[in-house]
Amino acid sequence: MIAILRALPMGPTVTLSWRRSAHVIERNVMNYRRNWFYLVSGFFEPLFYLLAVGAGVGRLVGTVQTSGHSVSYAAFVAPGLLASAAMNGAIFDATYNFFFKLKVERTYEAMLATPLSVMDVAIGELGWTLVRGMLYAGGFLAIMAVFGDCHSYDAMLCLPAAMLITLAFAAIGLALTSYMSQWQHLGTVALAVLPLFLFSGTFYGLDAYPGWLQEVVRCSPLYQGVALLRALALGHLSALLLIHVLYLVLLILFGLFVVSRRLARVLTP
Amino acid sequence: MEPLRDEVVHASALTKTFAGTNAVDGIDLSIRRGEVFGFLGPNGAGKTSTMRMIACMSPRSSGDLLVRGLDPTFAGPEIRAGIGLVPQEDALDSEMSVFDNLVIYGRYFGLARREVRARAQVLLEFAQLADRASTKVDHLSGGMRRRLAIARSLISRPELVILDEPTTGLDPQARHLVWDRLFQLRSEGVTLIITTHYMDEAEQLCDRLVVMDRGRIVGEGTPRELIASTVPREVVELRLNPGATPALLVALKDHVERVEQLADRICCYGEDGDAILEAVIATGIHPLSSLVRRATLEDVFLALTGRQLIE
Ligand SMILES: Nc1ncnc2c1ncn2[C@@H]1O[C@H](COP(=O)(O)OP(=O)(O)OP(=O)(O)O)[C@@H](O)[C@H]1O
Ligand SMILES: [Mg+2]
Repeated sequence: MIAILRALPMGPTVTLSWRRSAHVIERNVMNYRRNWFYLVSGFFEPLFYLLAVGAGVGRLVGTVQTSGHSVSYAAFVAPGLLASAAMNGAIFDATYNFFFKLKVERTYEAMLATPLSVMDVAIGELGWTLVRGMLYAGGFLAIMAVFGDCHSYDAMLCLPAAMLITLAFAAIGLALTSYMSQWQHLGTVALAVLPLFLFSGTFYGLDAYPGWLQEVVRCSPLYQGVALLRALALGHLSALLLIHVLYLVLLILFGLFVVSRRLARVLTP
Repeated sequence: MEPLRDEVVHASALTKTFAGTNAVDGIDLSIRRGEVFGFLGPNGAGKTSTMRMIACMSPRSSGDLLVRGLDPTFAGPEIRAGIGLVPQEDALDSEMSVFDNLVIYGRYFGLARREVRARAQVLLEFAQLADRASTKVDHLSGGMRRRLAIARSLISRPELVILDEPTTGLDPQARHLVWDRLFQLRSEGVTLIITTHYMDEAEQLCDRLVVMDRGRIVGEGTPRELIASTVPREVVELRLNPGATPALLVALKDHVERVEQLADRICCYGEDGDAILEAVIATGIHPLSSLVRRATLEDVFLALTGRQLIE
């Protein structure tokens, strides 16, 4: 990963240091020290969904079929909610907060007057969304385990998989936001996230859709995450899961490439 | 031009191009260790663009640049480690406290937490913000923010501090406090680069300065040298009835060395202002008001560019 990042064609001015990136994470931690409530609140949303949909609706639905196995609806829906939690943990920081720091506060201009480089900033912000996403995903996974929605020790793999999902949404969020120039543009984020959440196989399987629509949904990054987590949580391991992993990794690299180029252009003209 | 041993900044033919136009148009600079070096110029002269190139925050379009003996193209982080920057807009973290702003900035330089806290405490005193340590930056006045931005730039104990309009928007008392602190830094051997629109500030603070206009350097030297070499010693400012100017200019031709006509007044330059004023009175044309004063950098700027510094 380091080698790939260093090899991205950024020109000689762009350097990368993990230690320097860590200070970008540290800044966000310090900033949230006063606002820890907002940080914690994001954890409850998927939990409420798990209770309402998993336990509540689950009682009506009973069991469902997924990849040839019959599982309880709660166990089916929980990994989908975990993927959404990972996405939500990333997206707010990677869009609204990133925009605020980039355009309003000029936080990065201050950072770039220090030894930090554009790449350090991009990696640091990505790292911070990862920290936040892991807080949500880790907590949620623990609760899934308590509720008996994890069917094998393979479910522990859900954590690194959730990291991938967080990073993928963070990288794409950062990349898109770096092109936005007004607050209004951020409205499109909510417009994109809600349908992703509802229609990416979170609550029901792909077979609810006609064939062509199934192919469309398959392309959604959240679907890729949901499919990966569901297989891991239910213990349905197969080599095909690596396709989901590859998809998410490519998304991360692509987003990172775009955002660091954009930041270099915008911040160090 | 070969770089000298004590040069903190060395530039030759330094150019910055934005969308086809040269914001900085082939300037040469030699800034020595321990001096206060000023950039004076009107809006859009290219001061900030030059500062940003020196601070390794903006790649140069052409020319040569060495900062702290290194080339910004290859050694950005290394050079910035020894520079403190006070940007034109403060770029403080408005949601965080004054103290935290200093601490996190020090951390960007890789300083240990304990060390940064100790330094932050000292800098709060230096900037007279000790009683505001836990105030959110949002709640500070403009002058306090400026002082905080200056304090922040010092957290890494830089050998070179770049201040982009450190006193713009400050009241006279706050300006003097900032000047005082800058003198203190100079006495500690820190090299300072300052941009300003205020000629009194440049005259007060700068050991040497350049006057910039439209991306070029149009004059350089110590404030005294610049004044002595560019304009006569004294100035008579006259406000006249409309229409009286041409006749007066003809009558004064032999008494003044140069004349500048401005929108609301004319400035007559010569070695002896009182003699010029007597000559004016002798013509029988009565000015609405008159003022005799010594020539300043403002006059230098007018002479060099034909324009006023603050428009
Ligand atoms: N990022 C940019 N993109 C395009 N043009 C720019 C950019 N930054 C500066 N310029 C242009 O370069 C010129 C010099 O600007 P600069 O900010 O260096 O002037 P300045 O001397 O600092 O002015 P001021 O006193 O107003 O701060 C201006 O014409 C400005 O419009
Ligand atoms: Mg400027």
